[in-house]
Amino acid sequence: MINELLFMNGYGVYVLSAFSFTLLSFTALYLVTKIQFIKEQNKFVAKYGSLNSEKAISAKSQRINKEILANVTKN
Amino acid sequence: MFKFLQLNKIFQITSKAPKYVLFLFIVVLSVGLTEALILSPEDYKQSDAVRIMYVHVPSAWISLGIFSSITFLSLSGFIFKNNNFFLISKSLAPSGFVFNIIALVTGAIWGKPTWGTWWAWDARITSMLILALFYLMYLISWRIYENEEKVFKISTFITILGIINVPIIKYSVDWWNTLHQPASINILSKSSIHSSMLFPLIIMTAAFVLFSLLIFLMKYNTELIKIKNKGLDRL
Repeated sequence: MINELLFMNGYGVYVLSAFSFTLLSFTALYLVTKIQFIKEQNKFVAKYGSLNSEKAISAKSQRINKEILANVTKN
Repeated sequence: MFKFLQLNKIFQITSKAPKYVLFLFIVVLSVGLTEALILSPEDYKQSDAVRIMYVHVPSAWISLGIFSSITFLSLSGFIFKNNNFFLISKSLAPSGFVFNIIALVTGAIWGKPTWGTWWAWDARITSMLILALFYLMYLISWRIYENEEKVFKISTFITILGIINVPIIKYSVDWWNTLHQPASINILSKSSIHSSMLFPLIIMTAAFVLFSLLIFLMKYNTELIKIKNKGLDRL
């Protein structure tokens, strides 16, 4: 049964390599995008941490900044 | 106008959405792979080689769809003077490019057992390769130019030139004699594909759409945080 599934009447090599290439491309794109996202998020946290209290209050007054910080703590 | 495109409101949704989209993508992809590799029948002519269609065709469709969307959004950005349209276009491009490459590579793999060659300079394949080059130029333009106005103009110009190629890709199999088979699925007329093969194709297309949505959301969130990082620098 498994041999039949893998052999696919002699086309297994082509079919499985096409599917493998697709899934590998998906994984690579997902990982690259995730790494870029985490990098920017960490940069944001580092910059936010270096602000003095007055600037930090001003930055936190923006809802989007609060969201970013909230997401970092969740991750 | 376009108050719903305010970054604060958008980020509230886009920051939470990826985990749900990822879950849905894994579920739909699992069903799609089972259908495509195990349950769907083999073709009477191409035998099991036809299964490559389930990754090749959705990839080609999505890469064309994304490029058309990028062009439409870039032009809208200019017409309505809204930078967010450019941001959305930029975030869509990486998945569009990857789907384009997948369509080319899986097409080559499919070509070997059916046509006896990995590559042929026929109209459909060559025009898809040209689309990949336009994607590449678009992505590079965002990397090269620092000036926002300049990058908006150049990237939009690239998409306008590239969109001319999209109808050529679509109708190349009708206009010229090519190795590539004509379309089996028609929205306006009866499709020549059997429902037992159409169903897995639709499931796999849905999975690929979900994946491009996932990458778009992650990339878009990254771009928004980049903007906020610049904002913190200015404080």
